[in-house]
Amino acid sequence: MKQSTETYVEPSQYPAGDFREPIAVIAPGHSYDSITGKLTGMVLTKHTPLAWFVVIGISFTLVMGLMMALTYLLAKGIGIWGNNIPVGWAFDIINFVWWIGIGHAGTLISAILLLFKQDWRTSINRFAEAMTLFAVACAAIFPIFHTGRPWLAAYWLFPYPNTMNLWPNFRSPLIWDVFAVSTYASVSAIFWFVGLIPDLATFRDRAEHPVLKRVYGMLALGWRGSAKHWYRYETAYLLLAGLSTPLVLSVHTVVSFDFAVAVLPGWHATIFPPYFVAGAIYAGFAMVLTLAIPLRALYGLHDFITMRHLENMAKVTLITGLVVVYGYGCEAFFGWYSGNEYERFMMKNRVYYGPYAWSYWALLLCNFIVPQMLWSKRLRRNLAVVFTVVMFVNVGMWLERFVIIVTSLHRDFLPSSWQMYYPTVWDFMTLFGTIGLFLTLMFVFVRILPMISIFEMRTLLPESRPHHPEGGSH
Amino acid sequence: MAHLGESPQGLYGLMAEFDTAQQLLDAAHRVRAAGYHLADAYSPFPIHGLAEALGFHEHKIPKFVLAGGIAGALAGYGLEYWTQAIDYPMNIGGRPFFSWVSFIPPAFETTILFAAFTAVITMIALNGLPQPYHPVFNAPRFSRASQDKFFLAIEAADPRFHLEQTRAFLAGLDAREVVTLDE
Repeated sequence: MKQSTETYVEPSQYPAGDFREPIAVIAPGHSYDSITGKLTGMVLTKHTPLAWFVVIGISFTLVMGLMMALTYLLAKGIGIWGNNIPVGWAFDIINFVWWIGIGHAGTLISAILLLFKQDWRTSINRFAEAMTLFAVACAAIFPIFHTGRPWLAAYWLFPYPNTMNLWPNFRSPLIWDVFAVSTYASVSAIFWFVGLIPDLATFRDRAEHPVLKRVYGMLALGWRGSAKHWYRYETAYLLLAGLSTPLVLSVHTVVSFDFAVAVLPGWHATIFPPYFVAGAIYAGFAMVLTLAIPLRALYGLHDFITMRHLENMAKVTLITGLVVVYGYGCEAFFGWYSGNEYERFMMKNRVYYGPYAWSYWALLLCNFIVPQMLWSKRLRRNLAVVFTVVMFVNVGMWLERFVIIVTSLHRDFLPSSWQMYYPTVWDFMTLFGTIGLFLTLMFVFVRILPMISIFEMRTLLPESRPHHPEGGSH
Repeated sequence: MAHLGESPQGLYGLMAEFDTAQQLLDAAHRVRAAGYHLADAYSPFPIHGLAEALGFHEHKIPKFVLAGGIAGALAGYGLEYWTQAIDYPMNIGGRPFFSWVSFIPPAFETTILFAAFTAVITMIALNGLPQPYHPVFNAPRFSRASQDKFFLAIEAADPRFHLEQTRAFLAGLDAREVVTLDE
């Protein structure tokens, strides 16, 4: 018998009981039946946890606030927001970049970790991908509504052949952004749907209610698990992963171009693309942990989302956080080393004598000082600590965009045009409204679809890797 | 097609059920060795080498995806060139009408967009999905194929198919049960 090259149980390089030995990605003692039963049972049940209703109640209230804020915006115009010259961009772009960044972890987990054959991605990729979709949906609200008249945005944003014969200006990074984000949303959606097809077939076969059976059956497209279908499925899935990897790197690169291509001190920096991508992954992993820790406890998923997953995610958060801090260092160094008085002024204004210096120090507290706790293995395994740290990171990444956008804009070249920026209640209602929308979509998703990829969890069992006979193809 | 034995009208084939992935893979190798060509295996998760064991080799999807990516690049870049330099040239900040560097990011995105959609559409189309009805769904325990059991079907249209001989052959492969499938 030829040993398969991808056996799940590898001989340990550590002596028995050694603390360095990694924890298994799935708790021992599971069978196909127990995995399928647990993960479909969460959805195909009449019992909904009370905590689910509490979260939906709060988050849907916030969605109502979002609806009010957007309705008032359409009635009155974008003057209801606090941004005005010189701070012409504020909450709209801060929140847009924040949400887009959060989405990036989903694609990183589902695509990049797949290419690197990281088996611990399996139990977190599905809901991380869902998180990507919902985060992009929340992000899209801001650029669409900041146009004030979104029904006209069709020809402002897309090359839609209109009666004025006007085309978007493709030399502008804002149009690159439209292409990047809409491609990202579309590709993430199909990636997610393709991953769901086999699990929808499982739901079709296990659902008892005839309507549910029919709905899941239609969504499953008649999937029957044929070996030939799996072969094509895996080919297409791998190709999608390979395509999503450069895509996800390009999206935040293009988002950073919105700033880096401008001539404004504080924006015009070549470090922006890698620094934004690292920031996106950092923010995204923090959000995955923010959702994973409570959902794991709520649905009792300790066997599938083990400490190994949480610890690995905490490590990715720590390391990308350090890359982000390196970016802050580079920005400061470039400001000083450029010798340019506007660049130097911008940096000093940002760090110590500007009216928004508090936001820079709060940013360093959230993104630099607090995450250093994750160096300790003991603290990394304490979920209360990890949850607290990632909440700091969520806030810190929002502050990072606030610092970049508002402090750079509010005092530019001409002191006569300096002005303070104050957000209005409508700005806050829109921001918290999108958080509500995100949580609502996330919890509805968890209730109606498998939040963990069932078929991929089955492949983690050792009996799923059969050996080929001698001379057989592999 | 010369059938070795007569098979009844309206018969799709025979289906065997297995308990483990190892049994299914071994059976697939032996089905192939016995000379059956119209056979397919069904499993609740992808098993590496299973399709190849049944003699299935196909490399179409990557070629379609490459073509889709090239089409996307040309479409995106062509759209930019045509709108900015031919249809309505506009002087914006004194930059050239054909600002080829600025046109790269959107063309990159359309490349990925077209390639990714091609991957999914060709996968679904080659698999013949969506297909709400298929004879294998007639097997009484086939709903387990998406959960925890493994199945292998040999079609009646296979030249070597003989109802009784094939049934005996499948039963001899450690199958838990062999059932006939109606069309």
